[in-house]
Amino acid sequence: MSSLVRQILRSGRLPVSGLAPLQQAARAYSSAGKEFAALNSMHASTVVIWLDPSVLNSLASTPQSKISSDDSLSQFLQITVREALNSALDEEMAADPRVFLMGEEISKGLLDKYGPERVIDTPITEAGFAGIGVGAAYKGLRPIIEFMTFNFSMQAIDHIINSAAKSNYMSAGQISVPIVFRGPNGAAAGVGAQHSQCYAAWYAACPGLKVLCPYSSEDARGLLKAAIRDPDPVVFLENELLYGLSFPVSDEVLDSNFTVPIGKAKVERQGKDVTITAFSKMVGFALEAAEILAKEGISAEVINLRSIRPLDRATINESVRKTNRLVTVEEGFPQHGVGAEICASVVEDSFGYLDAPVERIAGADVPMPYAANLERMAVPQVEDIVRAAKRACYRSVPMAATA
Amino acid sequence: MPTMYSSAFASPKIVQHLNLRSNEKPLFDPSKSAPPTSFFGSTHEFCLSKTTTLSSQHRRSAVVAAAEAVKLRKSNSSASPSNLLITKEEGLELYEDMVLGRVFEDMCAQMYYRGKMFGFVHLYNGQEAVSTGFIKLLKKEDSVVSTYRDHVHALSKGVPARSVMSELFGKATGCCRGQGGSMHMFDKEHNLLGGFAFIGEGIPVATGAAFTSKYRREVLNENCDDVTVAFFGDGTCNNGQFYECLNMAALWKLPIIFVVENNLWAIGMSHLRATSDPVIWKKGPAFGMPGVHVDGMDVLKVREVAKEAIGRARRGEGPTLVECETYRFRGHSLADPDELRDPGEKAHYSSRDPIIALKKYLTENNLASEADLKAIEKKIDEVVEEAVEFADGSPTPPRSQLLENVFADPKGFGIGPDGKYRCEDPKFTEGTAQV
Repeated sequence: MSSLVRQILRSGRLPVSGLAPLQQAARAYSSAGKEFAALNSMHASTVVIWLDPSVLNSLASTPQSKISSDDSLSQFLQITVREALNSALDEEMAADPRVFLMGEEISKGLLDKYGPERVIDTPITEAGFAGIGVGAAYKGLRPIIEFMTFNFSMQAIDHIINSAAKSNYMSAGQISVPIVFRGPNGAAAGVGAQHSQCYAAWYAACPGLKVLCPYSSEDARGLLKAAIRDPDPVVFLENELLYGLSFPVSDEVLDSNFTVPIGKAKVERQGKDVTITAFSKMVGFALEAAEILAKEGISAEVINLRSIRPLDRATINESVRKTNRLVTVEEGFPQHGVGAEICASVVEDSFGYLDAPVERIAGADVPMPYAANLERMAVPQVEDIVRAAKRACYRSVPMAATA
Repeated sequence: MPTMYSSAFASPKIVQHLNLRSNEKPLFDPSKSAPPTSFFGSTHEFCLSKTTTLSSQHRRSAVVAAAEAVKLRKSNSSASPSNLLITKEEGLELYEDMVLGRVFEDMCAQMYYRGKMFGFVHLYNGQEAVSTGFIKLLKKEDSVVSTYRDHVHALSKGVPARSVMSELFGKATGCCRGQGGSMHMFDKEHNLLGGFAFIGEGIPVATGAAFTSKYRREVLNENCDDVTVAFFGDGTCNNGQFYECLNMAALWKLPIIFVVENNLWAIGMSHLRATSDPVIWKKGPAFGMPGVHVDGMDVLKVREVAKEAIGRARRGEGPTLVECETYRFRGHSLADPDELRDPGEKAHYSSRDPIIALKKYLTENNLASEADLKAIEKKIDEVVEEAVEFADGSPTPPRSQLLENVFADPKGFGIGPDGKYRCEDPKFTEGTAQV
């Protein structure tokens, strides 16, 4: 057994129970005879190790007493969103040599593995390299263009919309653009107005684009793989604050062919009193709100949209027809936002089923302030979601005027 | 190869010898201010009242510089056919291509005023030498990226005239099934990658296509020496994306040729009034690539420069910036009354019509007879007439075409209320589905 693995086991970072999924993972990841570890996460329970299957097998047969075990961790392996994304990128780049990564300050791990011809560090020229990506996609390569944050995508928005999204249509299907634009979107912590905007609504308004917003590691891995394999331009909106969070994933998720269908939302939590739709970080807040509401006797159904364009109107409407009340949650600006679109869709398709007006929670209608307390007020919090859900259920406590 | 050109490509700095201002007097008196550097030399361009004369003077000296090189070569030997720049076949091919471009564009104007064509139509009359000079040297796999003034680039690249005409009429038989229009010509078979409305937008796309050639060679280990030619105007040379791509193309030594069709006017904005240093070819060396200036009204000179630039790119030596001095005989678009330009300037360039110049060259050097050329002109007239008839008789796109081709993967329209993908709904192809 390699000393590295022994060290990791002894440090208590790997539960013995996590070996079975690891074996699966190793089968999926291992490249001929190589053994290497991804140690870019500091979270104690989220080390993902790629190992030669024979090493893992010998691990599994080592007597328990010789390995420190930790039963508090779940049966499932836990990986962070960052690792999920990196592993997805790694697998897709290994599987298809036409996939390449272009952007500023790209992950060093991938650069070391694939070299500078496939992981290209660019000068600070968003419009230029987004356009180069589009041109490469026209000619059959599969670029992944990384923006430092989606705020910088505004420098390149002409290429995302005019030369990527519209090209398949303008050329009548001759030229498809299998490109992925990815990067963190939305508010981070204390980065100010020019680094905090959420672009989901803007990009989702444009036909020809697919817009995806993952929440958990499973979403991140599945949606990114689906996006890279997709023959159309995809805007992949991640979230800075979610990168470090870890989520349990099943074996299926770690399989190299795992993808999540684009255009299908996920019902994260079943409920019967009110539907709460959310995407990205807000899904976490919505789930917390659902817990609080459950204690007060309101059973909330939480829908993780996953895909903003195409929007899974079928799932949303089906849920509203069941619960008869809707609360939409998003982090971006309220006017012409994602919530507005969902509300319109529900009013068009399920008007008769609504027992209360649709509640819309969005970020404050101001550029993001810097001061920490103002920033907290400008972004929806769990209390806001709880309050809105209660309002939708006609159980609200009247309060003084708020934004 | 004329010495001037080979030295220009060998080392960017030598291009400085093409001193276009040797016969110009700088506005500042050199003895009173700093010694004349090229920076000060350019300030005379700010003299707006003398714009026209200065521009023609400025350009005449540039013309002389380029023309001398060709004359040099010609005078070195007797006028035997083996020393001419082109053979008879090549000459006729060039002539035919330029005449096709001209006749086609004239027909477009006619059709527009008859209401068969609509929207924004930008014609290429006068600039044919640039398109023919470059594109006729490319192979089918090489890519061309253009702007909204793209009809003739499409024709030179090999897109059939009837496809282009149908596209302009908005019919389903057009090269983009009527979905693109005048400004958005795409043809995958002939590697015409558009047709972009925003100036500067095509340059990064072209750079990406060139990047693909390099990627295929180095990462995918394919035998790929395809080059890309990006056409754009003088106005684009003030745009940020132009500089971003000059930088990256030189940085990564991409097989691309940046061709500036400097026709002095960006809609109604004169190049000299909009640009701090209007000499565009100089911007190439600033980024580490050769910059060349050529008389864009002479297809043979353009062809010589193009040969060298394309050869450079194919050999993997990197990008080149070529500034073609040319002129558009018509307005910016068919909606432009073209009142701003000086009639003297227009007359000057009309006298340098590239088609007439080539005709003269061919007949004077006994490469072709008048009859040969007349036959070509007749043939082209027939081709264009036939294209119009074809377009006229073609059907308009059916209703079902509205929702097609938005996505390569039609499931991109999402899931309908019945839980199945919307594109699976039979009404989708009839065009009556609610999306």
